[in-house]
Amino acid sequence: MNIFAVISGLQNTVTQEPFGEFSWILNLLFYVVFIIFIFYGQRIQMYVMIREVEGSLYKLKYIKDEGRKTAIETIKEIGKPQVDPTVRVDRFLEYFTISPQSLDPAGVVWKLEHILDVRDVRFKDEVKFMAPAADETQVNNLENTLEAAMALNYIYKVIRHYYLLGKKTLSLYIIMQLQMILPLIMREAEAYASALKAFAYGQPIGDGAGALVAAKLMYGHEKRKIPKDCVVATVPIEGRTAYVIKAEGPGGNVGKIGDGIRTVIEENEGKIATVIMIDAAMKLEGEEIGEVAEGVGAAIGGPGVDQFKIEESLLKYRIPINAVIVKEDIGDAVSPMRKEIFEAVDKAIERIKQVILEKTKEGDKVIIAGVGNTIGIAQ
Amino acid sequence: MSRTPQNSATKISSFVLIIIFIGLALSLSALMVALAYFGSGNEVLAGYFLLVGFLGVALSTYVLFQTRRRIMRLKIEIPPVTTTIECRKCGFKSVREFQRGDYIFKEVEPCQKCNDKMLITAIYREVKEKLGP
Repeated sequence: MNIFAVISGLQNTVTQEPFGEFSWILNLLFYVVFIIFIFYGQRIQMYVMIREVEGSLYKLKYIKDEGRKTAIETIKEIGKPQVDPTVRVDRFLEYFTISPQSLDPAGVVWKLEHILDVRDVRFKDEVKFMAPAADETQVNNLENTLEAAMALNYIYKVIRHYYLLGKKTLSLYIIMQLQMILPLIMREAEAYASALKAFAYGQPIGDGAGALVAAKLMYGHEKRKIPKDCVVATVPIEGRTAYVIKAEGPGGNVGKIGDGIRTVIEENEGKIATVIMIDAAMKLEGEEIGEVAEGVGAAIGGPGVDQFKIEESLLKYRIPINAVIVKEDIGDAVSPMRKEIFEAVDKAIERIKQVILEKTKEGDKVIIAGVGNTIGIAQ
Repeated sequence: MSRTPQNSATKISSFVLIIIFIGLALSLSALMVALAYFGSGNEVLAGYFLLVGFLGVALSTYVLFQTRRRIMRLKIEIPPVTTTIECRKCGFKSVREFQRGDYIFKEVEPCQKCNDKMLITAIYREVKEKLGP
């Protein structure tokens, strides 16, 4: 049966009875709407998607502005600057880092490390200039706050770019890709938004789970500084000697765990029975927050420089490496630490002890490295 | 950050609001016309106007509530963070709201019971999961 006949029959039954002589208007309306949808259906769909992206963009702009405001307020409150830091903050938010050329990949890690070091020093100098009254811990916290604000600013600008590009070219595919990826981006932006307050106040964040494990293990034992921004304590565990390493807290700091592990290995001339790394890791949807899992390999995120260094040092002396992870999602990783993650720290310590008992002998030396941002966690 | 924001992200276009209210007014008029048709005995037309009126009212109120929800969604809510302070000697524990400058393993005021040094042992936030349908 012809589709037009079906539609015609349907609308006749609906319209002719009550509207009598004016039913032809409704007939005409039905056909017009039908034809419009045949030719302009996709365009209408695109406009709906553009509106949806626009709504999210407004939200991103709000989050980004709040981030900037929080950063400025915190700098004014803690740093007691003589001049208004707004202009400097705005300039900071636009900072960029160019990754090294990798056409000839040999040695690229060291080039990347150098650029990251330069970036780190530049950021710290900038923060010290903006907040002259801030102490070392507060400088680290402020730097983290500004970095979260910078991330929000970048997310907003990228989304705005594709939104405007899609609108300008009326490309369904640009708009569609943007609309499809937006829920994930919004989650990330919201996570950074809640991270801002945590950084501004110096609250421990979910990413600090590994650092907290190390802090709990080394509390009450003598500590010494090792390169770079790390601390190590010698802790007797189950008849073994454990070198517990973490970034130096309680300021926002991830330290260079790679350098720390390498230093301890070299100090002991490679006589290390095993290395155990603890870190927060992304959970899959459906997995429990704070679930503790165990595996092998260097559990460390970031640009990869530290992972490279750790793997190099381990390979040199053929040292086995074990990993214990605490599962959480992106929102939990950068927002104030959830109770479930805090409680998972004790479970992770139990797992570490179990690994030590199973994989090493009495009298062995082991390295336990708690990876993550140690904001709000001393040692 | 938890206060209601007043920037461009939360502004509802006055044009949209006018359209919603015009739609609402027209729907209410349709309901009144339906009543008039009922009075005059034309029940078929009255039924159609009633249908159009109800649909219009439902649609306008839905759109109005949606715009309100958009404002509510834009609030960035920061859940309260609690600090647990513990006495290592007698085990006395107290929980209070997080204060700037708190960090885990910070020594704070002396214990109320044994006068020994107290320590911040935990800082975390509790999230009450929303139950699904």
